[in-house]
Amino acid sequence: MAEVLVVVEATQAFGVKKVTLELLTAARELGEPSAVVLGGPGAAAAMTDKLAEYGARKIYAAEAEEINGYLVAPKAAVLAKLVQSVAPAAVLLASSQEGKEIAGRLAVKLGNGLLTDVVDLDASGVATQVVFADSIIVKSKVSKGIPLVTVRPNAVTPVPAPATPIREELTVELSEADKLAKVVDRVAEQKGARPELTEASIVVAGGRGVGDADSFKLVEELADLLGAAVGASRAAVDSGFYPHQFQVGQTGKTVSPQLYIALGISGAIQHLAGMQTSKTIITVNKDEEAPIFGLTDFGVVGDLFKVVPQAIEEIRRRKG
Amino acid sequence: MKIVVLVKQVPDSGVERHLNGDDNTTDRVSAGNVINEMDEYAIEEALQVQQRHGGEVIVLTMGPAHATESIRKALSMGPDSAVHVVDDALRGSCAVATSKVLAAAIGQIGPDLVLCGAESTDGRVQVMPHMIAEWLGVAALTGARKLTVEGSALTIERQTDEGYEVVTAATPAVVSVWDTINEPRYPSFKGIMSAKKKPLETRSLADLGIDPAEVGFDGATSAVVEHSKRPPRQAGHKVTDSGDGGVQMVDFMAAEKFV
Ligand SMILES: Cc1cc2nc3c(=O)[nH]c(=O)nc-3n(C[C@H](O)[C@H](O)[C@H](O)COP(=O)(O)OP(=O)(O)OC[C@H]3O[C@@H](n4cnc5c(N)ncnc54)[C@H](O)[C@@H]3O)c2cc1C
Ligand SMILES: Nc1ncnc2c1ncn2[C@@H]1O[C@H](COP(=O)(O)O)[C@@H](O)[C@H]1O
Repeated sequence: MAEVLVVVEATQAFGVKKVTLELLTAARELGEPSAVVLGGPGAAAAMTDKLAEYGARKIYAAEAEEINGYLVAPKAAVLAKLVQSVAPAAVLLASSQEGKEIAGRLAVKLGNGLLTDVVDLDASGVATQVVFADSIIVKSKVSKGIPLVTVRPNAVTPVPAPATPIREELTVELSEADKLAKVVDRVAEQKGARPELTEASIVVAGGRGVGDADSFKLVEELADLLGAAVGASRAAVDSGFYPHQFQVGQTGKTVSPQLYIALGISGAIQHLAGMQTSKTIITVNKDEEAPIFGLTDFGVVGDLFKVVPQAIEEIRRRKG
Repeated sequence: MKIVVLVKQVPDSGVERHLNGDDNTTDRVSAGNVINEMDEYAIEEALQVQQRHGGEVIVLTMGPAHATESIRKALSMGPDSAVHVVDDALRGSCAVATSKVLAAAIGQIGPDLVLCGAESTDGRVQVMPHMIAEWLGVAALTGARKLTVEGSALTIERQTDEGYEVVTAATPAVVSVWDTINEPRYPSFKGIMSAKKKPLETRSLADLGIDPAEVGFDGATSAVVEHSKRPPRQAGHKVTDSGDGGVQMVDFMAAEKFV
């Protein structure tokens, strides 16, 4: 069976991101998955168990300080050589900022087509994408080269399929052009124990209706009770209620969780662009005409400062 | 400092957008067209760099003839001149071909700094800056929420999921910006009047030395096979809170097995 390359996304602490497990699951439908680890020394060993659990038959390890020391270009350089030598049936990456950037460089290097934000890829290489605020479904194909595809988080349910991967070392040889953008510092900002926004199965999001930064604690409280990530509308971000990296929508993150809870969000088209493929949507809004009710599975017309504390209390009571 | 700002004309994201039925391309005719919002932040950043370090700001657009409206609008914010790459053969171009064309046009202008938006609202691909940098063999500093220029040294804060990264490079470089970097100015009346007289040059594929077979539908590295409207979501159940809205919400969550 043909080899399918899956480019591993990891956290700073060498944790395999959930999206990578989704990619491995999708790759198994297309051929034999090989995980490609591009990182600092020790990265592959730290992640082997997880990658094996989800069916990686092979692990390519490219480990060097330089890979993390410069932005994106080194990863694309290593990957381009690997693609040329193994001629895989497809290359899958996460549709994250970095995943897309690596894929973009790879496409230019190989003169290969590129499809981003894919939600499904079939064995014949036809990819499904949702575009324009997720209002249109598009089926596309790479017409030059192999399917080079970035896949949206939460598009596939990760299913374990234990394998015993063989490890293969890749040499990291970089040119001067790969070392032009130097990463001099990585600064972690408040994050806590919450799951990452794009990967979370539940997202609790607050809008302008939350009123101020302090009241976002209510949104966080509900989120933490549900093991959810916190999101925000642009109006909430622009008003300084919550940091920009949590913005959901056209100019923020695209999320597709099992459950999206919108609190004090009206449902502008640009907000819907980032969340309308969520499986289930719950809304609390005091305006019964708010457009978001049009796509809500369960809506409460009411004051979020009454409804949400009561819901929190009720969840606590049922949990005992 | 010579600065090129990439400006893309896109269909207005505030109204319903379509793909053309015959060839699956973006409908750029019936839609109201606007400057890609993120690019206004790139223009503003270019003008601020120019204010501090001098030099000129040149708007660069690849797009159909009617993109000139957006170019004039961009010029009314303050840039000095514009270059419009326009050629019938470009219709249907993929990202790889677009990046090649933009890189060729940038190569002819020879700027120290290329500024662009982090992503476009129609494509949402976030790939153009790295692709262009790959063609030109220059640095790409992407996703900036802050840019500092000192002589030929550039430093950005790159927004990430975990926080931010500080990334440096020397000019020439491509820098893409998020909407957190600044607050774009509104064009003044004087700006709007003078924009009409600012130099706007056009370039064809021949001017750039690119074979039409490498771009457009013929040269595309990927193709849309079909498209359809996504079935709209159905509105579900709606209750008006009369004192037990929170409990009802949890009842629903329990029925759906979320609690
Ligand atoms: C190019 C472009 C890109 C954009 N990108 C994004 C994006 O990425 N993400 C995004 O979110 N927006 C984006 N926007 C902005 C978008 O158009 C809206 O302005 C924004 O989503 C509104 O946020 P909101 O729903 O929180 O605020 P509002 O529209 O002001 O809605 C607030 C809601 O809260 C309700 N409310 C108030 N008080 C209470 C209360 N006590 N209890 C219950 N409900 C209450 C109100 O009834 C109202 O419906 C973009 C706009 C443009 C032009
Ligand atoms: N046809 C184009 N003409 C000019 N600039 C463009 C064009 N396409 C993309 N860009 C620039 O590249 C950025 C990123 O676009 P994208 O990779 O399409 O999301 C945009 O914000 C623009 O600044």
